[in-house]
This record gives sequence, C-alpha cells and structure tokens, in this order.
Amino acid sequence: MSGFTDKVVLVTGGNSGIGRAAAVQFAAGGAKVLIAARRAEASRAVVAEIEAVGGDAYAIQCDVTKSADCDSAVEACLERFGGLDVLFNNAGIIFRDKSALDTTDEHWAQTIAVNATGTFLMSRAAVAAMVARGGGAIVNNASYFGLVGGRGAAAYCASKGAVVLLTKAMALDHAGQGVRINCICPGSVDTPMLRGEMEEMGGADSVRHLFEEKHPLGRIATPDEIAAAVLYLASDEAAFITGAALPIDGGLTAG
Amino acid sequence: MGNASAVLLAERGAQVVLVDRNPSVDPFAVELDGTAHVGSVADAAFCNNVVAATVASHGAVDILVNAAGTIVRSNAVDTSDDEWRRIFSVNVDGLFYMCRAAVKGMVERRRGSIINFGSIWGDVGGPGHAAYAATKGAVHQLTKSMALEHARDGVRVNAVLPGEIRTPMLSSERERPPTEEELHELADRAVPMGRLGDPKEVAEVVVFLASDASSYMTGSLVTVDAGYTAR
Repeated sequence: MSGFTDKVVLVTGGNSGIGRAAAVQFAAGGAKVLIAARRAEASRAVVAEIEAVGGDAYAIQCDVTKSADCDSAVEACLERFGGLDVLFNNAGIIFRDKSALDTTDEHWAQTIAVNATGTFLMSRAAVAAMVARGGGAIVNNASYFGLVGGRGAAAYCASKGAVVLLTKAMALDHAGQGVRINCICPGSVDTPMLRGEMEEMGGADSVRHLFEEKHPLGRIATPDEIAAAVLYLASDEAAFITGAALPIDGGLTAG
Repeated sequence: MGNASAVLLAERGAQVVLVDRNPSVDPFAVELDGTAHVGSVADAAFCNNVVAATVASHGAVDILVNAAGTIVRSNAVDTSDDEWRRIFSVNVDGLFYMCRAAVKGMVERRRGSIINFGSIWGDVGGPGHAAYAATKGAVHQLTKSMALEHARDGVRVNAVLPGEIRTPMLSSERERPPTEEELHELADRAVPMGRLGDPKEVAEVVVFLASDASSYMTGSLVTVDAGYTAR
C-alpha cells in the first residue's frame, strides 16, 4: 500500500501490539511515522525496524496522561515532519479479573487516565494541527468492551465507553473542518496486553481457549489484522466515514 | 431528576437517604422524612462513609440511584484539563465509588437494584459537549459490566438515559439561562414529541427500575427521550 506517501502519522503506544503493527504498516505505505510511547527503548527498536526497510520514523517518549507530553508529541510532528495528518490513539491499559468490587482507587484512576483522558489530551492537541493543514483523520483504539459489557473488567469497559462516545462527539464537532474521527472496537488480539490479561486470569495455557472460543470465528486476531482496519479508516478510501465505531471482533458483538 | 426520583421513591414508601454537595439537601430530606449527607461523590471515602452510615442507620441499602452529574459545554478542543478532570471526577469516578461502596452489601444480601443516570449523549454523540458524552459513554459501559458481574448475585444494574428534560442542568454552565422561547424552539426542532420532558417522567422510570416490576432487567439502557434517539 502506498496511500500514505508523505503523510505524517502519530501513533501512541506505537512500540508494541496493535500500535507497533500499525506503525510498521503506515511506514510501509509511505508515511512518516512518529511513535509516542512511554518505553523509549522499545520505541527505538520499532524505529530501527522501520528504517531497516527504508521507512521514515521517529520516536518520542510520551505519557499520554500528561497534557504537556501530548502537546510535545504533536509539536515533534510539526518540527520534524512539517505537519500532522493522522493520529492513532492506541495507548491503553487493562487490569483484568477485577470486578468493580475488586477495583482499587489507583487502578480505577490509572485506567481512566490512560485510556480515556489520554485519548482526549492527544486528540485535543492534534486537531488544531490537522485543521491548520486542511484536514486529517483520528482513529481511536476503543474495544468491543466499549460496545458491550464484560465480566471482570469494569474500569476498562467504562474507559472504553468513554472513548467510543468521545469519538462520536468529536466527529460531529469537527465534521465541518475536514477532520474525520472514528474508532475501532477490536475483540481479543494476540498482543502483549492480552498475554498480560491471560496471566492475571490464571495463565495462557488454561484460559487461551476461552478467548478463542468466544469469537464466532473461533480464534483471536493478529495485530496486523487490526492495523489494516486502522489504515483503512485513516485513508482517503474512508473519506465518508466519521463518527463510526467499527467492530473488528470475529463476530463477537454480532449476537 | 435526582430530586424528582427521591420524591417519587419516598411517595412509594422508600426510606430515602440523599447525597448532595449543596447543604440545601438537608431541609429537602426533612420534607421527605429522610436523611441527608452533604459532600462530593468525587471523594471515595465520602461515598464509603455514606453507605456505611446508611447501613448503620437503616440496616442496608436496597436501591442506589446515581443521579449526581455535571456538564461541560464545549468542543474537546476548547475543554481544559481541569474541566475534563472535573466532569470525570463527578460523572464517572463518583458514580463508580458509590456503586462499589453499595454493591458489596447488596451482594451479601443477594438483593439490590442500582440505577445509573446515563444520557442520550452516552448513546449518540452531540456537538459541543465532547467531555460530557465521554463520561456518559463510560457510565453506560460500567453499567453493563457491573450488570454482568452481579447477574447471579441478585443485584440488578441498569441505566436511565434521559433526553431533553426540564432540569436545572439545562441552564447550568451557560452565560445565561435559555429563554422559554429558546426551549420551545429546541423542543420543536430536536424532540420528536415536540416538548421537553418533566423530571417526574424520568423519575417514574427510575422507580420502575428500582422495583421488582423490572425483575428480569439488568444491564439495560432505558432511553426516556420522546423519540430523540429513535431516528
């Protein structure tokens, strides 16, 4: 795919899982990619991976719960690459097997701060830069847990419900300014986050089949399958799509 | 709407315990033969204390109505960090703290009903209140998750989603309150029934969800919007 030639793409949490896959695919499509994530070393590894195949990428250390970090990440896009066309809000965390009863104040605050507030802070910083350039696209990584409830993930579900509705509200606010805002709602994806969840739930060996079986397609997704949908929503092929929450869940929320 | 819900629950025989930031809740509670706690639901310790005090004085909490809420009227771009955190602290954190505090005893007694105030703006987006919509999306998902978590504990968790209701919030966070003419125009333009709702019309749904009449409902998001989101 070469649909992103010279486009500037900012990916939060771009050093692992879905974020990493998207960063690599955007770069392969010709984009200049800025990876904003907490762990600088892991980000540099993805930059090296992209550069090794002739792509253009840059990493910046960023905690999306801090507005100054988000502003700096957008600034870095402008300074290094001359603008910002696409933002993929992907950074996210989960504490698993925690019903509301078992959720501490700290876990609650952290989950809302990263997943909901982080998406807001980065979007707010990015929209102005996109409007200045005549338009842009934001793709938020929500979850099927932003559409339906799940057991043992109350704080995560609340944070993702916020992301879905922030997506829709912002899509309306900026529809007249050429900025499209959508979100993806993945089912279970083979990422470090999911492997962490499996550990919290008793180990991959004993619970992996539960994740696979709940999807009508009978398996979990690869990060590349999710990233492909992110690229589609960010591309001009999706020019008439805004405010959408796209399930990519192997049929999980279909019924 | 919280006010109307308390009145109707009291009328139907409930002993009500009111929670509000504003000390005016005290005389209101006296009118309803109830008790009141003044404080902010954004404070987890306060929420725990309210539930503990209610259990001490009344023996248990059977029904929790989470109606406390606030609004920010701006695009995401114009929403400050402080405004974002303030609205999340009340609408989302506060609701979570109250649910967490109350559900424990409900599970132990295998009986309870929680009614959260969501919103049509937690279902569809609306221009000019991104942060508010995000908080209500969070409320809807917390409602569904907690409903699943306690589906076999005898505790039901549902949400009521009001549309354009004639409440103090209609006027709050604006430079001036809307005129009657503007409200009429809003209702005519935006509401299929062509009128604003009365808080009592929402309270009736709250009482229904609180009662055994809704015994097979949990995880439901019940819109009370005169057809607003039916389109």
